[in-house]
Amino acid sequence: MPKRTDLNKIVIIGSGPIVIGQAAEFDYAGSQACLSLKEEGYETVLINSNPATIMTDDEIADKVYLEPLTIESVTAILKKEQPDAILPTLGGQTGLNLAVELAKTGILDELNIELLGTNLHTINQAEDREEFKALMNDLSQPIPPSKTVYDLQTGLDFAHEIGYPVIIRPAYTLGGTGGGFANNDDEMTTVLNRGLTMSPETECLIEKSIAGYKEIEFEVMRDHNGSSIIVTGMENFDPVGVHTGDSIVFAPTQTLTDKEYQRLRDASLTIVNALKIEGGCNVQLAQDPYSEAYYVIEVNPRVSRSSALASKATGYPIAKIAAKIAVGLNLDEIINPITQTTYAMFEPALDYVVAKIPRFAFDKFYNADRTLGTQMKATGEVMAIGSNIEESLLKAVQSLELDAHMQNTLLPEDAEGKSLADLLATIPVDTDIRLFELFAAIAKGATLEQLHDATKIDEFFLIKLMNIMAMQKQLMTGMLTADLVLKAQKLGFDDAMIKSVCQVTDHELDQLHGMADQKLVYKMVDTCAAEFESFTPYFYNTVGTENESKPLGNSIIVLGAGPIRIGQGVEFDYTTVHSVKAIQSAGYNAIIINNNPETVSTDFSISDKLYFEPLTIDSVMNIINLEQPLGVIVQFGGQTAINLTQQLTDRGVKILGTNMAGINQTENRHEFEELLIDQNIAHPQGHTAMSMVEAHHIAATLGYPVLVRPSFVLGGKGMAIVHNQDELNDYLVPALKHSGGQPILVDKYIMGTECEVDILSDGQQVFIPGIMEHLEGAGVHSGDSIAMYPPQHLTAAQKSEIVEIATKIGKSVHCIGMMNIQFIVADQVYVIEVNPRASRTVPFMSKITHKHLAQLATQLIIGKSLADINLNPGLFPEPASVYVKAPVFSFAKLPGAPTALSPEMKSTGEDLGHGATLAEALHKAFFDSYHFDSHTKGNILVTPLDAENTDLMAALDAGGYPHQVYQLDQAWPDELAFVLATEDESDLAKQLTTRALSHEVTLFTASDTVAALVSVPHSANARQAG
Amino acid sequence: MKKYLTLENGDQFVGTAVGDLSKEIKGELVFTTSMVGYQETLTDPSYTNQIITFTYPLIGNYGISLHANQSPAVAASAVVMQEIATTVFHYQSVMTLDEFLKKSEVPGIAGIDTRQLTKIIRKHGTMKASLTNQPLAQSSFAKSKSVDMVVKSATFTTPQDQHPDHVVLVDFGVKTNIVESLKNFGANVTVVTPEASFDSIAALHPDGILLSNGPGDPEDWADFLPVIRELQSHYPLFGICLGHQLLALANGARTYKMVFGHRGINHPVKNLLTNEVVITSQNHGYAVDIDSVTDTPLEVTAIEINDKTCEGLRYPGRPVFSVQYHPEAAPGPHEATRLFNQFIDLMHTNGGVKHA
Repeated sequence: MPKRTDLNKIVIIGSGPIVIGQAAEFDYAGSQACLSLKEEGYETVLINSNPATIMTDDEIADKVYLEPLTIESVTAILKKEQPDAILPTLGGQTGLNLAVELAKTGILDELNIELLGTNLHTINQAEDREEFKALMNDLSQPIPPSKTVYDLQTGLDFAHEIGYPVIIRPAYTLGGTGGGFANNDDEMTTVLNRGLTMSPETECLIEKSIAGYKEIEFEVMRDHNGSSIIVTGMENFDPVGVHTGDSIVFAPTQTLTDKEYQRLRDASLTIVNALKIEGGCNVQLAQDPYSEAYYVIEVNPRVSRSSALASKATGYPIAKIAAKIAVGLNLDEIINPITQTTYAMFEPALDYVVAKIPRFAFDKFYNADRTLGTQMKATGEVMAIGSNIEESLLKAVQSLELDAHMQNTLLPEDAEGKSLADLLATIPVDTDIRLFELFAAIAKGATLEQLHDATKIDEFFLIKLMNIMAMQKQLMTGMLTADLVLKAQKLGFDDAMIKSVCQVTDHELDQLHGMADQKLVYKMVDTCAAEFESFTPYFYNTVGTENESKPLGNSIIVLGAGPIRIGQGVEFDYTTVHSVKAIQSAGYNAIIINNNPETVSTDFSISDKLYFEPLTIDSVMNIINLEQPLGVIVQFGGQTAINLTQQLTDRGVKILGTNMAGINQTENRHEFEELLIDQNIAHPQGHTAMSMVEAHHIAATLGYPVLVRPSFVLGGKGMAIVHNQDELNDYLVPALKHSGGQPILVDKYIMGTECEVDILSDGQQVFIPGIMEHLEGAGVHSGDSIAMYPPQHLTAAQKSEIVEIATKIGKSVHCIGMMNIQFIVADQVYVIEVNPRASRTVPFMSKITHKHLAQLATQLIIGKSLADINLNPGLFPEPASVYVKAPVFSFAKLPGAPTALSPEMKSTGEDLGHGATLAEALHKAFFDSYHFDSHTKGNILVTPLDAENTDLMAALDAGGYPHQVYQLDQAWPDELAFVLATEDESDLAKQLTTRALSHEVTLFTASDTVAALVSVPHSANARQAG
Repeated sequence: MKKYLTLENGDQFVGTAVGDLSKEIKGELVFTTSMVGYQETLTDPSYTNQIITFTYPLIGNYGISLHANQSPAVAASAVVMQEIATTVFHYQSVMTLDEFLKKSEVPGIAGIDTRQLTKIIRKHGTMKASLTNQPLAQSSFAKSKSVDMVVKSATFTTPQDQHPDHVVLVDFGVKTNIVESLKNFGANVTVVTPEASFDSIAALHPDGILLSNGPGDPEDWADFLPVIRELQSHYPLFGICLGHQLLALANGARTYKMVFGHRGINHPVKNLLTNEVVITSQNHGYAVDIDSVTDTPLEVTAIEINDKTCEGLRYPGRPVFSVQYHPEAAPGPHEATRLFNQFIDLMHTNGGVKHA
């Protein structure tokens, strides 16, 4: 069918702020969809409250609403826009749930708005467990015996009927939140109670556990005509039992025979046909490793995280094609954008192996429960492409940016002291570091049988891990020959890994590489295994005899930000993409190096060439040596790119923008202090300590409280405020151990208002888009504070002082491009930190000022002056209305992680609220950040510590929030407005926060947030959207 | 041990010998893009005298199982791949691929840049190649003869049971799963060689005729075309792959050799009668010239989406049809399996002349 002409205006619902289980993949999907629909001539309207996204850029949709994703707000927008249709299948579970809710209210019928892509009936059939079960029975598709329960006793009875172990899956929750396994009545009681509470419908599915089966996923596309294809099959390294988002995954499937593969493919197509999906759909299946039996696990009737992975793994752009199908085009009418010579009705053939490894936040939250199960915990993921399992896996490991020593030697830090028995006892439980524990066990002599018995991981994968460790051993003990080095390279060992286990110089390695008959070459990702000529500028590195990547010339390389983690989120993908756009507009070829499959930047259509590669010095230099770019831009890839700058500079690579000397002036503690003293800029007193004694001495001299932190960190990792000697001791013991020889910084802690600015500079003059004031006081990480723009509590004099200082710093470090400067305004204006790169506030300020700051900064980097790009030095005029950026936390997904806001960043995402007044802006921002309607009055629970804050308690009384001090094990009240717990150390506080999270009651963990909430006057029309 | 793959155009690849280590072979070099089903592919008789290159780099992952073979042994003359699995763990596996190749006395080469090789075939077309134990001078190709395409087929009948329908299958190099598929849809199958005459086939009292797949140039079967012309006017007839090409030739259409053929399990085919598009399994180096069908009694019923080649034919007014792709799959998708059902249905309707 040709595209529909009865549609004109289409609304796309985004997925809101980034949380665990719903991340950048939906920015990728949403922006692809908008562009795809625009390409077909439709008018698009986008609704999303997350400013840190490409999809909310002006040029992506015809109209963008940065508004809350609530029924009220979206209804108001629909009434105003009067669209013909909504496309809800590209905004993750949030978008889909919102569409269902909207339909229930009747507003879609009233306004005659059609749901595109998949209808309500389909959504219910796929999402409602009982309907899904009925459908599977109709289709004769096997599913594990299961029952939907609404109370504990029914669940226990059913478990007795089918026998333990069972799995508990709460209905309508993100990423399987609240679910888990139970092996006995005790565990069942705990998990089912939690699941019932977390499900908005108090509904859980109890299911026979099939843990240990092979977990297989199929990404399916189907059009209106009923034609369907499999984009790719994927096989999980971790057997059924671990959420696919937390599993190591390979594409295509590796261990299935044709019969098994086709049987599962048939099942997927049967289901997708029965559901009449029009667009993309994800089917998850379990294959018994010892018989022909299989089960259908789950169907997601929408574009998902797996479809982003499948798109990058194959080159087949699922979201783009899904959007075209939604408006009536059929697969055989859509050109395959990769080959440009064939059609989208085609199953990609891969001639490489793809590995995905999830990235977790446990390097920050090492006390949290690191066990992996049915509830997703990863914040992001990396993908790597190679010619075999070993190579793709090791390249993915190199992309993770975990502990460098562990990445190179593959052994966890504490493995030395562990016996084989210890390790074999550890590996049955899957955690974020199990892969490395497996390597350690192999190094200690574990047999294939022992590993398989302990983990149920298919021997096919385990033997690959053993191949890797055997090679490592050969490198350690054998004579290093060109042949051995080539074999190691074929298994994915990069130079750093080789050097970490044997004594060899760079020069010697280069010589050995030169002697081999095969070498590292770049191959194209083309969807068709070279069967058709393709024009995709999408490459990966492997060992071979033919290099397919021809240097572009006149090119600039932009380093991406790698996997999404707390402290380095989708904001840096946003800045990377904008930098590329500016490079292209200036007439250069833009090359991206990145390894995150969820992102917009790793779509082959964004840059002139994409290298899907680890962001290590070996990998980046190999590309630079081939491409010979004019220079490399490091400012937009977060700390990942900045951390490579010194090594790049050492190798003679031209860094465009602020140079290494400038970066050192801001990052090196001593140089930074010299700079501030030299420029007469106030800063908290402080010193560096290499030992316990030194640290105590410094703290005593400065006077408590002091702020302590390691050098060179991201997102305030390992940062704390300590109030006395005991707390300092508690901090220092682990901190010194983890510091890797780098000093610990001890600073005087200054109470005051925290502010920050991003600056743009051509090295001569400085432009400041705006000053952001943080609502929560200093001591809360800037990424976790609510940022207010324009500042609400600063005097004109304070503002001009900030501008003056920022200008001084920009000039003295010869900033070219962007920098971020953080201040504390107290008795005077202190500078606390300078980041020599784009920061996470860039998209927020870009959306507000309607200036693409990262593009402007890139123009400066490639040689323009402020005057050339029409920016006047100094502060950009402030608007009359108020914008706030509020943090979003994923505490419910990370049991055991600290919750109280502190100098260590904890949020995973953010949203934007805009209003005539601060109250209105906060009101809007609270919806998608704290999931709180600030017009709600009611009872609140507080910790005893918070009850001592008499000013705040008085304010709560005055604001109409009766407060009660939480008692350990008390009955949980029915109606609660919210919970306040600013400490997370005591048992009472831990219990209170856990219960609040499991009851989905809004949890505030900083007193300033609550103080602001109760003190701001409510304006009458604040509820209106638009 | 090293092995050398030398192409007709002089290009040479050096790799590691696998399978039968000593054997040297000459053949037609082709590639397949299937990521699963290497056992079915290697035993497919249509690959007779061909050297198969797998574009997917990991081959042999799940070993060799009983019941996956498409003919009694490896049909291809040699195998080219990047990596061959040395140990296998699949519960159905009875041996490794390497052992299977050794047992079948088929040589192979591993460890080469198969993507580079595939691009050479894509650009220059299918060409002859030699797999040798020593580097080979290019001149050896100068007088390379066309290979002998005789198929070792035999007449046999599947065990008689309650099936009412009787299909006589003319075996040009049939895949096991074609016979299996017919049986699954309720037919008895008698397999005959292409030496069979119309009378000898008629004597078997068939309800339908299936012209099988097979290797090589369809024009080599010119002697059998008159038999097809007689069969198509008496019985429901279904041609698959080579059988499809022979049906075309028998009715006056032409065939030609494609540049590098269709070998894979991801080929989209559009049914021109229903507009339905399905993904199919394919393995052919020759195709029916779609323009030449115009002057014949046949009608084109299906095309490949990407290169618009002829994928299906029918004889209007008669229960006679054919497809270029493989509805029996093995390896590949099952969407087209229902064609066997359609064939059986045609035997039940009055279109055919029953027991002529």
